[in-house]
Amino acid sequence: MLSISQEFVDAIYAHARADHPDEACGVIVGPAGTGIPTRHIPMRNAAMSPTFYEFDSIEMLKLYRDLDDRDEVLVVIYHSHTSTQAHPSRTDIAYASEPDAHYVLVSTREELAGANEFRSFRIVDGVATEEPVQIR
Amino acid sequence: MAVSTPEIDIRIPTILRPYTGGEKSVQASGSTLAELVADLDRRFPGMGERLLEDGKLRRFINVYLNDEDVRFIGSLDALISSGDNLTILPAVAGGS
Repeated sequence: MLSISQEFVDAIYAHARADHPDEACGVIVGPAGTGIPTRHIPMRNAAMSPTFYEFDSIEMLKLYRDLDDRDEVLVVIYHSHTSTQAHPSRTDIAYASEPDAHYVLVSTREELAGANEFRSFRIVDGVATEEPVQIR
Repeated sequence: MAVSTPEIDIRIPTILRPYTGGEKSVQASGSTLAELVADLDRRFPGMGERLLEDGKLRRFINVYLNDEDVRFIGSLDALISSGDNLTILPAVAGGS
C-alpha cells in the first residue's frame, strides 16, 4: 500500500496539469527504510512528448547522487498519461527498473481529470500489480 | 612491457546487483568503456548483456563517466583514466 499526504497528491496533479498535453514526471523521495514520501522533486521530461517520458539523464544522475548523500530513496516515481487511463502501459512495465518504488500514474485526459484517477502500482520483473492508496 | 589499464570504481544500480552478489560498487579495468564493460562481464557474467545490445550501449541504460553521460563523450569509445568513476543507472522512462 502507498501512504501519501494530500499535499503530494495535489502537487503531482498540479505538475501533470501544468505540463499537459505532454507527460509530466517526477519523484517523491523519503528517508531510506521508512517507505514514507517526504520530498517532492519534479523532473524534466527529456522526451517532451504527449506519449512518452524519460528523466533527463544529467538531472537524474544528480538526483541519485543527492539521494545517496542524504540517505534517501525513491519512494514514488510518478508520471502522467495525457490521453489514456492511469494504468501502466507496456512500455512503462518494460522499462520499470526500481522494484522497491511505488509507480504512481495520474491521467489528465479531459474525461478522467475530474475523476481524480490517482493509482499506484508495484512493477517487478515485468509484472505490474495495483495497490491501495491511502491519502493522509 | 604490458600497458596497464586503470581499475576504476563502478556504481551498480539496484536492478543489476543480483549480478554482483548484492554489491553496490565494484571495480573493473579497461582503457575504453568497451574494454571496461568486457572486463565487468568477465568478473560478473551476464552484466555485459544487460548493458549492450548488438554491440552498442542499450538505449535505456544510462552510463556516466564521472559527471558526464558517455553518449556525449564517445559512448563505448570513451577513454578511461585512473581515478575516474563510472555510474550505471537504468533510464526512468515509459510511455502511454
